[in-house]
Amino acid sequence: MSEKPLQSSHQESGSQPGSDEREHGSSRRRLLFVMAPVGFALLAGILAVQLLGGEPKKIPSALIDKPAPEFELPPVQGYDVGLSTADLRSGNVLLVNIFASWCGPCLVEHPVLTRLAETTDIPIYAINYKDAPDNAARWLKRNGDPYTRIGADLSGRVGIDWGVYGVPETFVIDGEGRIRYKHIGVLTEDDVQGTILPLVERLRQ
Amino acid sequence: MSARRFLIGLALTATLFGATAAGAFSPDEPLTDPALEARAQTLNKGLRCLVCQGQSIADSNAELARDLRVLVRERLAAGDSDDDVTDYLTDRYGDFILMNPPVKGANYVLWFGPVAALLVGGAAVFFAFRRTRASRSSGEGRGPASAQAPLTPDEQRRLDALLDDDPS
Repeated sequence: MSEKPLQSSHQESGSQPGSDEREHGSSRRRLLFVMAPVGFALLAGILAVQLLGGEPKKIPSALIDKPAPEFELPPVQGYDVGLSTADLRSGNVLLVNIFASWCGPCLVEHPVLTRLAETTDIPIYAINYKDAPDNAARWLKRNGDPYTRIGADLSGRVGIDWGVYGVPETFVIDGEGRIRYKHIGVLTEDDVQGTILPLVERLRQ
Repeated sequence: MSARRFLIGLALTATLFGATAAGAFSPDEPLTDPALEARAQTLNKGLRCLVCQGQSIADSNAELARDLRVLVRERLAAGDSDDDVTDYLTDRYGDFILMNPPVKGANYVLWFGPVAALLVGGAAVFFAFRRTRASRSSGEGRGPASAQAPLTPDEQRRLDALLDDDPS
């Protein structure tokens, strides 16, 4: 901005620079008038999406692309084999599903896992999270057992190592035993077709 | 008769108190070392309950929060520093588990964004207000103060602009 001497009168200053500045000022103000509501609408939109459409429960896993945590779990009551880290470094791409008999949504996704086990050769391993031993065995007997191996995490400590904060959760593990993806909540057929299977396909190459 | 009743009552009360004391000890056993216990409680207040999200694990009744409290105490008792404990948990759950996200990377926006927005907004309001005042006082010279005060260069410039606007 050019400074004019204090005593300058309007006759001296001429009309040209003055009107230029005024035009500048008014167009800038007009821009402000447009930008303010646009900015507000943008912010309101983001907040609305986060508030209504977003899924606040889904926290990105800190373990993506990291090796699966070291653990060794005993079998579920009545089963022969448990689950340990070594089982995950099988050279196979596989799933690790966290489930419990007390978890309602686990029952909802159970048919999806069963179908996956029947129609594909992807091994589904499981961690039975904080379950009463006989409840777990009964649940599997009643609803079917799609799992290749199950480890019983009675204390929930291994679950913490996996960053589990709500069951069901499903991890995709690559051939080297690294966690490549985490699905939180009920696994639907759409999730399997749209995300899990394509990812497994890609990781197998 | 009444003495026996009294004794039975006493025995029942003792059992009741014994039971509650035992109950309070089993899930979240406080550490015997008061310094360690104080550290555990401070840590618990800074760790988010991931199930309830708005609460710290110190405030939450969720099962996972309880497990994490037990874990925090165990690790402190095993000789971990406070940083060791938070690192252990952020390795597994990410920064989200901290009630106060660390001041780094993209979190700068989180920490300083609101302050920056307030400053920018405040500055905008301030200048808009000052401009209104300036144009008012330079316009007609309302009030004795504005009539006496000399014009600032900015006011003079605005005055010129206004006078140029005059069709006469």
